Amino acid sequence: MSFATRGFSGRRREADTRLPPGQTLVQDWPVLSAGPTPQVDTADWELTLQDETGADHRWSWDELLALGVEDITVDIHCVTHWTRLDMAWRGVSLDKLFEDVESEHEFVMAHSYGGYTSNLPLEDLLDGKAWIATEADGAPLTPEHGGPARLLVPHLYFWKSAKWIRGLTMMPDNDAGFWEQYGYHLYGDPWKEERYW
Amino acid sequence: MTDHLDGNVLAGALSEVFTTDVTAARARCGGCGRMSAIAEAMVYTSAPGLVARCAGCDQVLATIVDAGDRLILSLAGLSAIELRR
Ligand SMILES: [Zn+2]
Repeated sequence: MSFATRGFSGRRREADTRLPPGQTLVQDWPVLSAGPTPQVDTADWELTLQDETGADHRWSWDELLALGVEDITVDIHCVTHWTRLDMAWRGVSLDKLFEDVESEHEFVMAHSYGGYTSNLPLEDLLDGKAWIATEADGAPLTPEHGGPARLLVPHLYFWKSAKWIRGLTMMPDNDAGFWEQYGYHLYGDPWKEERYW
Repeated sequence: MTDHLDGNVLAGALSEVFTTDVTAARARCGGCGRMSAIAEAMVYTSAPGLVARCAGCDQVLATIVDAGDRLILSLAGLSAIELRR
């Protein structure tokens, strides 16, 4: 490396260490959608958490926000090869939602308005690793980006961060969600490039 | 005697599927039963894969994921496809 370019490549290397393999930095926020965009008013919105006891835990929009909304700054990695760094979000930690839930099951299916699903291990949703996000880039989430609320699990590929979230169901096995059935990886770690089966 | 054969028995049929114009073929939606040409499906392309949905009921009819050296195809939402010889 020549003396003249050291500063430049030094900065570049710093960005690269936050860029998983096969990813490209973007500044915008591409909209990806596998179907019609649901329009859900916060007055009608409800989140349900189901465990094997059959007891449902439910939150209305106001009840969700009353649990406490946090500021979150995270990098987002989409399996379609784009990455956004330091994206600003606001949302409610899933630790709050699971506080009173007793379950032997180790997996969770996220269900969305519109029928989308995605499967995740429970441990990937706890200990400050996942949120129900209600705002991004300083504004309420638009329907195109999954508003009024979407799952946010930034350490996995972004298809796991189910838009239009309406439910979380505990499961004994790691059943495949929508994209996981159709060819995408059951777990989806961007640092291991777990894109496909 | 077994009651089923392995996937090799599909080879002949699949080679016809991929050499004829499948988009012109009629197919039946496994959700609502609607018969229509594949070309009439609603295909969402701004997604991690192609998603073809029934124009009648929105059910996912078919998906295609480009996995680099592989292509992963699902026709699980169709109950049948009609292929003209
Ligand atoms: Zn249909």
